[in-house]
Amino acid sequence: MVEHLNLSMVHWARAQFALTAMYHWLFVPLTLGLTFLCAFFETLYVKTNNEEWKRIAKFWITLFGINFAIGVATGIILEFEFGTNWSNYSWMVGDIFGAPLAAEGIFAFFIEATFFAVMFFGWDRVSKKFHLFSTWMVALGANLSALWILVANGWMQHPVGMAFNPNSARFEMKDFWAILLSPAAIDRFTHATSSGFLLSSLFIITVSSWFLLRKRNQEMAKKSIIVACIFGLLASGFVAFTGDESAYSVAHYQPMKLAAMEGLYHGEKGVGLVAFGILNDQKEPDNDKDPFLFEVKIPGLLSVLANRSPGSFVPGIDDLLYGNPSENLVGYNQRIADGKLAITDLAAYKKAQKNGDKTAAQAALASFNQHRDNLGYGYLTSVEQAVPPVPLVFYSFRTMVILGTLFPILFLLFLIYTYKDTIAEKKWLLRLGFLAVFFGYFASEAGWIVTEVGRQPWAIQDMLPVSVAHSNLTTGTVQTTFFMFLILFTTLLIAEIRIMLKQIKIGPEGE
Amino acid sequence: MPLFNKIYRFYLDGFRSMKTGRTLWKVVLLKLFILFVVVKLLFFPDFLKTHFKTDQQRAAYVLNNLTTWPSASHSIPIRR
Repeated sequence: MVEHLNLSMVHWARAQFALTAMYHWLFVPLTLGLTFLCAFFETLYVKTNNEEWKRIAKFWITLFGINFAIGVATGIILEFEFGTNWSNYSWMVGDIFGAPLAAEGIFAFFIEATFFAVMFFGWDRVSKKFHLFSTWMVALGANLSALWILVANGWMQHPVGMAFNPNSARFEMKDFWAILLSPAAIDRFTHATSSGFLLSSLFIITVSSWFLLRKRNQEMAKKSIIVACIFGLLASGFVAFTGDESAYSVAHYQPMKLAAMEGLYHGEKGVGLVAFGILNDQKEPDNDKDPFLFEVKIPGLLSVLANRSPGSFVPGIDDLLYGNPSENLVGYNQRIADGKLAITDLAAYKKAQKNGDKTAAQAALASFNQHRDNLGYGYLTSVEQAVPPVPLVFYSFRTMVILGTLFPILFLLFLIYTYKDTIAEKKWLLRLGFLAVFFGYFASEAGWIVTEVGRQPWAIQDMLPVSVAHSNLTTGTVQTTFFMFLILFTTLLIAEIRIMLKQIKIGPEGE
Repeated sequence: MPLFNKIYRFYLDGFRSMKTGRTLWKVVLLKLFILFVVVKLLFFPDFLKTHFKTDQQRAAYVLNNLTTWPSASHSIPIRR
């Protein structure tokens, strides 16, 4: 029933998914981190019996509630899009994604129905300790709930623990633990959640800076800054560690993504990491132009990141596309040829099954199993199609890393001046702090661009390109819903900002 | 049923004492209505469920897409 390739529809469907995911990610990281910060504030209240900490905890819990309420169900739109725009993909991964997404739903339901209610309604109605327990459960539950969807994402980056069933046309789960504990899943979960902790700490810095600039609720702001800075510093360290682990697993399972992140076309031994650079837009795979107009490199660092060895070889885009015999790298033309054999075998298996020819079916299946690891490559018409958009990935990666390096410095400055009790006098720092959360979002969204754009053209790494994953819809249909979501999301975002600002202006007195 | 009553009162009093929460609930309910009634029903039908009755038919359709994809039979330009 899919008669022709409609790339325009694919682009619109991708744009719609990107819009929805990026909008959804405005709320998620704040939920993940703010819950823990609220739990810290409340723990300090229970430990010290100081009512000021209770006032602080209640204020941030209210802001958390606003963020949660506006963000709730924005993720469900992604599932609508899977079923409508990406039906081939949706069908093929149903068996893998069913369990994690159901687990997420069950977790979310039980936590929201019980502990959320105690967290918001239970002040003075349940014991202090039970209320604190509920707040901690919300924090743990929200983060555990995120685990499942990030495991699903990790599987798309590095599909393991499954086998393709040619009868059902589905990837079927064979090893749940391999999927849950795959390096890609663990990296995705740890990096995404810790980046949420960092962003939430920046959110507290932003709001507290505003209070200090306005000379309002200054004690609350200073106390909040201290807790947020300590949490932010710890989160920054963890983000750096998990980011490093992510780069290591990307180097091994998605080497093309790493090459795009670095604008690396010709692989080398002991290759440096580009700290900053301007890409040459004339550079294409297999031409002799310099990839950079300007670059600042840290010698040997990319080899260390990729292989934990300063003199090791890191393949570039050309090595991966066209092969590099001296490094035993087979070019993608071979993988494409292999993938086409897998498709031919699959067609032969289907035909033999239809004709009831068991011998032919078994032979086709045996041959398919030999080539199946390159199935997705069979749908590419040229090796160059396997290259993601290098500039977007390269600049997004630098945006994330550079900002991620500056955030701990900001936390440190805030912490030092707050301890010295001179923070209220540092107007320049408070103005910078006021902008902190916006930079945080910039870095966080840039990180997802690296993850998702960097793995193009794959919907499932090496197995299914986006050009095969989509449904047979008209471009106009997807365009209509794209703009509908754009309006809906913008309206909701304006609503959130207005409600949030109103509550911040009211301050803790409003509760 | 004292426990049931206690839980019921807990939720009832909680909802009654809400301030910002009232606005938030309005936003949440409006959003859920738009998402599940307008968006899902009118614009986001499940493609395979709408076009096919059984899982066998859906599997056959996807398998057909996988094996008859236009580019699957194209020749590969080899640069080196």
